[in-house]
Amino acid sequence: MRFTKDHEWLSLDGDIVTLGVTAYAAQQLGDVVFVELPEIGKKLNPGDPLAVVESVKAASDVYCPIAGEVVEINQNLVSSPDFVNASPEAAGWFAKLKLAKAGSEADLDPGLMDRAAYETFLNGL
Amino acid sequence: MDALKTTALNARHQALGAKMTAFSGYVMPLNYGEGVLAEHRWTRDHASLFDVSHMGPATVELLAPGPDAAANHAQISSLLEPLLTADLQGLAPGQMRYTLLLNADGGIDDDLMVARPRDLERQGSLDLVVNAGGKAADFARISAQLGDAARLVRRDAGVLIALQGPAAEAALSAHLPHSAALGFMQASEWVWRGGSILVSRCGYTGEDGFEILCDPTIGAELWDALLASERVKPAGLAARDSLRLEAGLPLYGHDLDPTVSPLEAGLGFAVSKRRLARGDLLGADRFAQELAHGPKRVRVGLRLEAGPPAREGAEVLDAKANLIGRVTSGGPSPSLGGGVALAFVPPHLAAIGTGLFVKVRDRSVAAKVVALPFVPHRYKRSV
Repeated sequence: MRFTKDHEWLSLDGDIVTLGVTAYAAQQLGDVVFVELPEIGKKLNPGDPLAVVESVKAASDVYCPIAGEVVEINQNLVSSPDFVNASPEAAGWFAKLKLAKAGSEADLDPGLMDRAAYETFLNGL
Repeated sequence: MDALKTTALNARHQALGAKMTAFSGYVMPLNYGEGVLAEHRWTRDHASLFDVSHMGPATVELLAPGPDAAANHAQISSLLEPLLTADLQGLAPGQMRYTLLLNADGGIDDDLMVARPRDLERQGSLDLVVNAGGKAADFARISAQLGDAARLVRRDAGVLIALQGPAAEAALSAHLPHSAALGFMQASEWVWRGGSILVSRCGYTGEDGFEILCDPTIGAELWDALLASERVKPAGLAARDSLRLEAGLPLYGHDLDPTVSPLEAGLGFAVSKRRLARGDLLGADRFAQELAHGPKRVRVGLRLEAGPPAREGAEVLDAKANLIGRVTSGGPSPSLGGGVALAFVPPHLAAIGTGLFVKVRDRSVAAKVVALPFVPHRYKRSV
């Protein structure tokens, strides 16, 4: 699993990357009541809007950290957006993107952090 | 920019693990550890304690009250009435009203509570609570209005807490037994642990409850004493906002502003018939015009059945996608599910059941005009 400074996580399996927000992000967002997910087939570039997370208080944008095509979205979040709070780094995943080519997590954007680096980053906040 | 102020309960919020936010010049608890949804639901089912010390309590008082208590009340009322919509002279001792501070154009500069004290020796005084954001301007304007006969004494260095929810009466009367006898919109002053404490049966969540003003030492003790009850938990500004939204209550600076009239806002009930008859209301021409021909826009409640909630600023569209108004407050309704919103729309599109749309990002979400409040009020009205 890799992490961004914007508190998203990515998990790569072949050419499919699964995206979500971290436990830290979920805690900061508060109770999630609605998640607006991208359409399947949408091609995203780094920095493009990936999702909008609505809590009681506010709507927060989540941006795509990587280039790829949306091949699957987490339909469970439609009926149970609270999965984002209950299981942010597993059942609360947002979308799966197909990358241009298969690879390993180490080949992804060097700006991404592994768990140890992300935890160090969190401790510095 | 001035530094943010803290309330006298700040250390308690920190100790309770509150997430703090800047609001109207103060650092205030947004929510505590259990989060907004839990706090919202706890308030509806039990009782929650809110620190609202950022708001603007004050007392206006005659400088030289005479021997006749009724005459003193009439005098202080007639001094303050020209700025407000209420019949203050008609208040009974211990009675309070929700009222509006108007500008010369008949728009709403603030909304506030005014109470006539119950104690005989305080006739000739009125107790107010204005919004945090309006304090400086309201107090200056009221002080100028009072002239040399009376003065305004700020009380916002004190602790103001709101205890809201069906268990509020039981929780407060354990410490102040007489408070249970207050009916909705009644106020009284007592001595508690050696200090004066002003208790009003009111609030802004739609639930039964109290707002309590006292000095900081007693306030902190009362906060602790109330939280010691199993049925009372702390709640922050986020839950206060979602509760008042469900209760259909307008929030100044969002649903109300200086361009909005009482009739547009659906607050005609706050405009006294006696004051109208006397014709001394600020902006009386506009009021009469709107009463005769209807306002150009009115505040309505919208229910969004599915999809994302609509927030403040969202465009409201008619069935042909014409822009007809805007959402002034909106969000998810924890009690009802789905989204609820307050919006201003033209009167011909304001009937209950009218189908409208709200623009959320790139989609139009179906909405229906529904009766306010969204969630029924459960005030304890006196018989």
